[in-house]
Amino acid sequence: MRKIRLTQEGVVLALAVAMCVVFAVALPNFLTTGNLIALVRSVSILGILGLGMGLVVIARGIDLALIATMVVSVSWVLSLTTNSGWNLGPALLLGAGFVILIGLINGILIAYATIPAIFTTLAMGLVVYGVGRGWLFQVDVQNTPDNSAFFNFLGRTTVLGMPMLIVAFLVLALLMWLALRWTRFGRFVYAMGDNPAAARIVGLPVRPMIVAEHVITALIAYAAGLVMAAASSGMSTRVYNSTMIYDVLLVVVLGGIGLSGGRGGVRNILVGTLLVGVLLDGMTIMDVPYIEQNLIKSIILLCAIVVDSIINPRDEQTAQQEQGDI
Amino acid sequence: MRTFKIIAAALSLALGAATFSGAMAQDQKGLDNKVKRDPYYDGLKGKKVVFVPLAMGFDLTEGWAAIMKKQAADLGYSFEIRDPNWSTDAGTRAITAIIAEKPDLAIIHNPDLQSYARLEQRMVKEGIKVLQVNLETTVPTDYYVGADWVKVGLIQADALVKKCGKGSGTSGKVAILEGQPTAASNLYELYAYYKVFADNPEIKVVADQAATYDPAKARAITETVLQQHPDLCGIVGNWDNQDVGAGAAVEAAGKSDQVYIVTSGGGSQTGCDNIKKGLLDLIVSYDVPLQGDSLNQAIVTLLNSPAKAGEIQSTYFTPLTLQTKEWVASHNCWNLDQLK
Repeated sequence: MRKIRLTQEGVVLALAVAMCVVFAVALPNFLTTGNLIALVRSVSILGILGLGMGLVVIARGIDLALIATMVVSVSWVLSLTTNSGWNLGPALLLGAGFVILIGLINGILIAYATIPAIFTTLAMGLVVYGVGRGWLFQVDVQNTPDNSAFFNFLGRTTVLGMPMLIVAFLVLALLMWLALRWTRFGRFVYAMGDNPAAARIVGLPVRPMIVAEHVITALIAYAAGLVMAAASSGMSTRVYNSTMIYDVLLVVVLGGIGLSGGRGGVRNILVGTLLVGVLLDGMTIMDVPYIEQNLIKSIILLCAIVVDSIINPRDEQTAQQEQGDI
Repeated sequence: MRTFKIIAAALSLALGAATFSGAMAQDQKGLDNKVKRDPYYDGLKGKKVVFVPLAMGFDLTEGWAAIMKKQAADLGYSFEIRDPNWSTDAGTRAITAIIAEKPDLAIIHNPDLQSYARLEQRMVKEGIKVLQVNLETTVPTDYYVGADWVKVGLIQADALVKKCGKGSGTSGKVAILEGQPTAASNLYELYAYYKVFADNPEIKVVADQAATYDPAKARAITETVLQQHPDLCGIVGNWDNQDVGAGAAVEAAGKSDQVYIVTSGGGSQTGCDNIKKGLLDLIVSYDVPLQGDSLNQAIVTLLNSPAKAGEIQSTYFTPLTLQTKEWVASHNCWNLDQLK
């Protein structure tokens, strides 16, 4: 099993490298440091969101409220600071509290009310967005406060020539890797994803774990949103209406994290992010029109899901579980 | 003190009596202007107007709605907003519901050239007058109030040719940032860009990408284009709220002096601030407050006109303002609170 799993990740990595080579030969300025940084930078947000999505998917769940959580929490923080005169510190704390609440509601509905994750989070996304548009902010583009040290630090500083955006992605990836690989929490996540019934029978705290995962994922979405706002000096809630949630799933599934849970890790997300980055960057350089870009992206997602279902077939023994069965 | 008060009271009484008798006299001479005022106000009272924007919550639609709401409250006709929140599908449902409700006038902000065209024809057939605002469909209805997008595009392209064309000593390389590829603004502007650039062969279009109104996407595209073409001379884009992302990418690359960014927008304070910050160089503004006033005038005209729906088709292309650093320094830009 392990050997096959490596193959999917390997295939994607090989594909990414192959495309890199083709682009490097065909497109004159592809392999410059500047372009490579721009490439990674443009998919860093996607990568960070992929880490959050990856966590719940490994535990055999899904979080479709990810984008709404990110957009609404950060827009609220920005609206409080720029329009209502709040200090950034308390506003950031309030925003964190808000996403924790979203995560808790998601987790409790999924774990204790046993509503499938896909429906819970789909509905929660709409609820969160609706609450945001209705009460938390008026205009759908919120700008970061002028001369804010916090946002300038996130958006403008560089470490070893790398923008903070990329650094944030790498740091979060490292933390997630440590958590999944070296903590009890991480091992439990894999156990739950692999076979929730067995995990419960051997005494793992499956329900609290589900709640915890969703809270962590919501916090990751919050972090992604703050970095995104810093990078583009504002947050547009229209992102919620875009195809971003599918792009996040693309990164996760493409990298080889099986939708049936229990498989994959941070490395898969990095590989998936890299392939999407190379693809997008190459298509922009080649000036491929928008419609074709979307078409190419969706075909690749479709192929990835097909490959996923062949390589990670549903486990007949566990597929009947109500829990997070998507 | 007391005598003073009495005198004041007597004076005001006398004054009141004088004006009252004056009013009586004017009534008799027809100076109450009943002939014009009565049909004007009575014709509007109790009428029903419905507005279907692309979405609420951004400068253009919030600005128009604020102005239209104020007049509706003043003149006593109802004004409702059906917000489809960027979903053409929800907009289609909203319009279908409107057809059943039969309001007197529907104001439609079209997401693209085709989607609502048939529904609008059906509305007209059902006797509902249709006013299209700023983004039109291919089929004209009772009224269109909004920018002449071809003209906006021509002005934008000409400005870019001036900066990057013959004799400018630049590479002549320009990038186009489209908005929503199927929207009226986008298609008409694109036609204009390519028409102008065809007459100026020294302009080379090195990228033509859609940022779909998203500043983050505009930023990512611009970053990549700048890597490929470090000698880029100009960027022409569809909307200021989107192209500010391109400005951020140019600024991050330290090329604000080299790359000239032309865009169009509603002329709000946010846009002006972005010009001041050096993120954008020229906004061809279609002036939302002015468009709001034109909309109000069109609403009154349509509600009071004896013409049937679809009988007369009028267009008003709202005037354009060129907002640059110099213009912003000496003019005020609007914000939503002023309009409310």
